[in-house]
Amino acid sequence: MYKIGLIVNPIAGMGGRVGLKGTDGREILQKAKSLGAISLSPKRTSVALRPLSVIQDNLKLITCPGDMGENETISCGFVSDIINGIKSKETTFADTQKAARIIRDRGVDLLLFAGGDGTARDIYIAIGTTLPVIGIPTGVKIHSAVFASSPSKAGELSLLYLQKKIHKLREVEVMDIDEQAFRNGIVKARLFGYLKIPYERRCIQGGKLGSSPSEEIIQKAIADDIIESMNNDFLYIIGPGTTTRAIMQRLGLSCTLLGVDAVYRKELKGLDLGESELLKLINKEKAKLIITPIGGQGYIFGRGNQQLSPQVIRKVKKENIIIIATCNKIVSLKGFPLLVDTGDLSLDRELNGYVQIVTNYHERAVYRVKF
Amino acid sequence: MGMNMKTKLRNYHAVCWDEPIIYELDRNGERAILVPEVDKKITESVGDGISSIPKSMRRKNVPQLPALSQPQVLRHFLHLSQENLGVDLNIDIGQGTCTMKYSPKINEQFANSEKITEMHPYQDESTSQGLLEIMYKTEQLFKEISGLDRFSLHPGGGAHGIYTISSIIQAYHKSCGEEGKRNEIITTIFSHPADAAAPRVKGYKTIIIYPDENGCPDIEAFKKVVSEHTAALLITNPEDTGIYNSKIAEFTKIVHNFGGLCGYDQANANGLLGITRAKEANFDLSFFNLHKTFSSPHGCGGPGSGIVGVTNKLAKFLPVPVVDYDKKNNKYFLDYDRPDSIGKVKDFYGVIPVILRAYAWIMSLGTEGLREVSNVAILNNNYTMKKILELRGVSMAFPEHKHRIEQVRYSWEKLSKETGITTEDIQRRIFDFGTHYWTSHEPWLIPEPFTIEPSESYSKDDIDEFIAILGQIVKEAYEDPKKLKNAPYKSSVHHIDHEVFDDPSKWAITWRAYKKKYNGYFQPK
Repeated sequence: MYKIGLIVNPIAGMGGRVGLKGTDGREILQKAKSLGAISLSPKRTSVALRPLSVIQDNLKLITCPGDMGENETISCGFVSDIINGIKSKETTFADTQKAARIIRDRGVDLLLFAGGDGTARDIYIAIGTTLPVIGIPTGVKIHSAVFASSPSKAGELSLLYLQKKIHKLREVEVMDIDEQAFRNGIVKARLFGYLKIPYERRCIQGGKLGSSPSEEIIQKAIADDIIESMNNDFLYIIGPGTTTRAIMQRLGLSCTLLGVDAVYRKELKGLDLGESELLKLINKEKAKLIITPIGGQGYIFGRGNQQLSPQVIRKVKKENIIIIATCNKIVSLKGFPLLVDTGDLSLDRELNGYVQIVTNYHERAVYRVKF
Repeated sequence: MGMNMKTKLRNYHAVCWDEPIIYELDRNGERAILVPEVDKKITESVGDGISSIPKSMRRKNVPQLPALSQPQVLRHFLHLSQENLGVDLNIDIGQGTCTMKYSPKINEQFANSEKITEMHPYQDESTSQGLLEIMYKTEQLFKEISGLDRFSLHPGGGAHGIYTISSIIQAYHKSCGEEGKRNEIITTIFSHPADAAAPRVKGYKTIIIYPDENGCPDIEAFKKVVSEHTAALLITNPEDTGIYNSKIAEFTKIVHNFGGLCGYDQANANGLLGITRAKEANFDLSFFNLHKTFSSPHGCGGPGSGIVGVTNKLAKFLPVPVVDYDKKNNKYFLDYDRPDSIGKVKDFYGVIPVILRAYAWIMSLGTEGLREVSNVAILNNNYTMKKILELRGVSMAFPEHKHRIEQVRYSWEKLSKETGITTEDIQRRIFDFGTHYWTSHEPWLIPEPFTIEPSESYSKDDIDEFIAILGQIVKEAYEDPKKLKNAPYKSSVHHIDHEVFDDPSKWAITWRAYKKKYNGYFQPK
């Protein structure tokens, strides 16, 4: 018997149709409703569930009451178990988080959730990488790599995973942008964390993540290149991300995926360091800084690594910044340059120009940085 | 009046034999050939033939080869051959970058002649003058085609040619006392991947240039990385997009100014014959894939040959031996007396059948014929491009380049967004019509890519038939996408588990590995 969890964010996507660029917050939701927004999540969720009908007799769906899943499963003719403790109407992010935890604890094989970046963020906060998930794209903002490329692809991908036709799981980025800034025309994306998804190239959002299944092998090769060239006279500051994490793993050191760590002579010097701690360290030692751009976005400074402040970057010096990325991450930029937004315009200007990116063992790509 | 394939497509169906691996066909006790017992007199005269081999080198067990009768062997390989969609069976223009073309069968007859097949590489030069003459004259032809000064016919394929070029580059810089300092090779993302990969085997770091907004290698990025560490530029032109880099002479000049060398990857030379040469763009080295442009089928059709040419200053580094001509004694000979040579890159002297076919093909066409090959290939490509771009949902990479050389990289990005159908879905569906196409080298810089290269061999009717097939698939994508998702329906092989390719623990390229890892077909232990 296959077991799937389903969480639907019923208000996801409502802000988009009426030009509100998102639906985060009660006030915006009211505004969206007053502008005539209708909920798109139920219909899209039904589309995602359809491919699963071939295993209907062997499938147990565990979902939330009312708008958060029950209605969609009924409309598709699925029988489901409804979890307790969740409201059936006027739900909030807290309900999403609570439901994710309950469903995980019921021992499902996979969690399907319908929503946008905000929903993905809630799922990440609730369960992290403890369970494979697949996002059904129904929200306005779809910057996270956890979403299938369409609702039907989400269903197809779930089916392939349940039937063990694909086995690979990958950790991919959960992003969200500042809605308030976005409404004013500024895209400020932030890296929140990582969720674990089954991976099949044809089913996953292309632009937001690397696409080769051998991504991990390339990350290891990049790490080997970096480790081989490590100089004992330098402190190495390791920025956030799965590409940089591979270096720490190859060195056998613990690390923080979203934080900034430091290594000296291949020994751990600090975990999850803030700006002042970093400044203290680099006042003592010459330093090199290893960073990786955010897939699909291209930011190397100013998103998800604000600890690397203008002061830290200046102290390290431009020539000691090492950028690493798999080739597929570069492809995900679709020809757009790497971006910097350090908060210091003159520094952004200095970082402008061509850089070499370590893309494999003894391989570099030449790429443009813009601010 | 013949059938109009533009309006009525063939009712094709592939043969499917579900053929096991030959080892699985083993029938204990059956034999294809019974080797006669050794005559007693021979044993008495030269011994048993095995005792002279050191004991440590002798096998302990007999080889575990499959035992089959001759008809079973024949049937097995005929089954496999019938499951192939080979170059002579289909309109093979979809395999872009591979230069699929008609290889005249008379050239096969030359290669299969006993005069070639019964030769031994160690036989005396005096008895192999004819073949040495062909090899010598093949070199002279390629000197003219490329403008370079000397060639080695040794490398057995394209990547092997690039490896040989990298070895010569290393030997040259070593001779200048710069071996350690010159440790970088520059290439481009739309050059053949082996241009980045093969030099790494020689210990080089490779630096890859991405395209500018016009689809040509970004020359500003290039200028930033050329330095005294640059050993060489290795570049394809036209690149895989079919775009000719008109600034190529500027690229080579910049590298030369820094003391580096320039290598021209001419694996795909089909649009260049008699039109442009390596010499005029100031290249120091080049290689040609004889198995693409020059009358040997590419891919699984047979062994390849990636012959390497160089300018005079690099000639002394070529692999040994080279074939030379002693005018005084009217004699062709193998010259091993080359102290600066990089040595051997392969057994013996080159892949003779491929070299012979290339020689015959070039001689049958002559100077004007070669130029016409390229002109027709370019015309075919630009006609195909115009017709493909009329299909719904298709575009080409860097559309501002209206004219392409011998191939084009297209994109189904729009169709994919509108229908959910991907280039891989189309790749599977096209088998149902008795042909195939290729997507692109990794990474897929162009989304949902496919690459079409209609060489000179294909008529307008052939091209129209291929495009009609694509047109039918596009129609299905918009009207019945589910049909495409489940394709192919009429092919020998249906869906393949791609995960296997990415996981070395599942690879089984020998029977021993297969037995170790699998209980049977795709049943991992």
